Amino acid sequence: MSLTGGAARIGALALLGFAVAQPAQADTIFVSNEKSNTVSVVDGGKLQVVATIKVGRRPRGITFNEDMTQIFVCVGDDNRIDVIDVATQKVVDRLPSGPDPELFVLDPQGHRLYVANEDDNMVSVVDIATKKIIGEIQVGVEPEGMGVSPDGKILVNTSETTNMAHFIDTESHKIVDNVLVDARPRVAQFTGDGRFVWVSSEVGGTVSVIDAASRKLVHKISFAVQGVPRESIQPVGIQLTSDGQRAFVALGPANRVAEIDARTYEVKRYHLVGQRVWNLALSPDEKRLYTTNGVSNDMSVMDLERGRVVKSISVGGAPWGVIVKP
Amino acid sequence: MRKRSGRAPVSQAAALLTIAVALLLGTPAWAADPLVVRIGYLTRAEEPRIPQTFLEPVSEDEGVQGARLAIADNNTTGRFLNQRFDLVEVTVPEDGRVEDAVRDLAGQGVRLLVADLKEDALLAAAAAPEAADMLIFNTRAPDDDLRNERCRANLLHVTPSRRMQADALAQYLASRKWMNWLLVVGRTPQDAAYADAIRAAAKRYRAKIVEERRWTFEDANRRVDTGHVTVQSEILTFTQGTEHDVLVVADEADGFGEYLLYQTWLPRPVAGTHGLVPTAWSRVHEQWGATQIHSRFERQAGRWMRPRDYTAWMAVRAVGEAATRTKSADPAALAAFVRGSDFALPAFKGQGLTFREWDGQLRQPVLLAGPRVLVSVSPQPGYLHQFSELDTLGDDRPESRCRSR
Repeated sequence: MSLTGGAARIGALALLGFAVAQPAQADTIFVSNEKSNTVSVVDGGKLQVVATIKVGRRPRGITFNEDMTQIFVCVGDDNRIDVIDVATQKVVDRLPSGPDPELFVLDPQGHRLYVANEDDNMVSVVDIATKKIIGEIQVGVEPEGMGVSPDGKILVNTSETTNMAHFIDTESHKIVDNVLVDARPRVAQFTGDGRFVWVSSEVGGTVSVIDAASRKLVHKISFAVQGVPRESIQPVGIQLTSDGQRAFVALGPANRVAEIDARTYEVKRYHLVGQRVWNLALSPDEKRLYTTNGVSNDMSVMDLERGRVVKSISVGGAPWGVIVKP
Repeated sequence: MRKRSGRAPVSQAAALLTIAVALLLGTPAWAADPLVVRIGYLTRAEEPRIPQTFLEPVSEDEGVQGARLAIADNNTTGRFLNQRFDLVEVTVPEDGRVEDAVRDLAGQGVRLLVADLKEDALLAAAAAPEAADMLIFNTRAPDDDLRNERCRANLLHVTPSRRMQADALAQYLASRKWMNWLLVVGRTPQDAAYADAIRAAAKRYRAKIVEERRWTFEDANRRVDTGHVTVQSEILTFTQGTEHDVLVVADEADGFGEYLLYQTWLPRPVAGTHGLVPTAWSRVHEQWGATQIHSRFERQAGRWMRPRDYTAWMAVRAVGEAATRTKSADPAALAAFVRGSDFALPAFKGQGLTFREWDGQLRQPVLLAGPRVLVSVSPQPGYLHQFSELDTLGDDRPESRCRSR
């Protein structure tokens, strides 16, 4: 959810889906480019870059605020979060983040950001209104992925070298459980109903599905692509459709997005996208999937009804995170 | 932030082993009775390496700092699983016997040993009777015969072999079509071994060594009042002659290689032990999360992480990874897991690393480091292999001459 802004909003907007008639889709897509220190703004109708917003150094994690009037961007090399005003497309403010923020997640009430401090084995809790760090939680080595349950009560953080998903009580800021997953976990994503957490393991090459209540591993999804070496299959970004039917997982240097039946965990097919695909975002009507391709410096646009990539759009250098606003 | 004083000064009286059990300062408390995994770290006192460049500090704690960082990393993970990791550091005096240290470590319950030793000392340690039921991680010796004729069942090689380094460089040079090499070889046996690996790589990748030259000048002190003038004329004349695409240098002791850059007769790049260097680790590497380990290491050690630190980190992390996955502290179970097919170590190289069953070598991508930035990482695209592309570097199964595993 850190990458889409919030499943609830998207769910509501999905009802309007048919009104957003093709081909003129009014989405606006925002892509963080970690090399060029910018956020590209892409018009979803024209499928063109319409603006480029200068931000701090090494922008990666990107998310909207509660009402989608602002965008928060982790600028890791500047050890802070930049705040972009969506209307004027300018950086208007900054928030503290703790050292080297990479990924974060907005709590469902919209008051707090939970930030992974990769350099410090720590998760920082940032109060948005007062712009203060109000809590720090010690986690495993190299914290990375951040997911929050739809009710906001449980935060999941992954640590890349400890190889765990840490379940954290957002009230007490205490770790309540740790679930071992495969090597180098990157992204944690709750299902819309809050029952499961999907965790991608980049070096392990798998996605672990964890029961959020019992904290037991219920399934481990593996991938195999004809002609692609096993080591090149490196899952990172995860997106789940709001109806709980389908899941998409970015497979990094395999240059593929896996499409998965989210009920049976069966991989249905692999979609060829750009090089080194990092993260994914569904359009609000869930008819499209946008991917950031870090090596080919572009974004692939997948038409989910036709089941294929329809366009590649050049964005900035080393695109990383992506979010979509209707 | 940890500071320890566990290392014996070189001058310390012989026959005394200095033993320091790492204190776990600053690590959070465990629940009652954690599982304890003891890992030995064995090195020998020696004169510190003096780098030819003044940009690099002279350090007396290469290797052990990496092991200490990995212990801290293991413990960060271990407190979630109620496992604790202790490092038992031993420095054998320059003229001391490593076998005695192995016996002593065995007496302290150490069965998993990180060996920061050169080839002969490593073999002596591995041959000690008490080492028979130990698993020893070679984190320093790159010698190819250790992976072949002199291989041993109780040794795993974390450090890449010379042949892996040479293959990594050769793939890159071949991908550039720089196929004609002038090979300059220093005076030490290690330089000769490096040159052997370069020759094997040239053969494998069909490059041509147009000429070989031995560096016969006396190695000089790095600081002299007369400065650079002699170097400038020496190297100009030394490198005159046969046309080549690249000068490949074998100077592991860092005696002269640094001087070759920009001083050659023809305007040619320098690669090998200097210039473009194939290596397990370098400060210029920042991909795949490497920045995080650099930051942690520099906070702890107050200097950059060197290849010996990195390999020691990998060895101790390999044990930590085994303990995490098996939820065991039993050395035999941990050793079996590390050797087994479920083991893979993430080590900031973009993929899980595993040990080759035929010679105990850790498969790993090899960095190609320039003096200021990373140039590339081998294997290069297009070098395919039926099992793992990493097996295009070093001794592949059919070529291995290791018979005692």
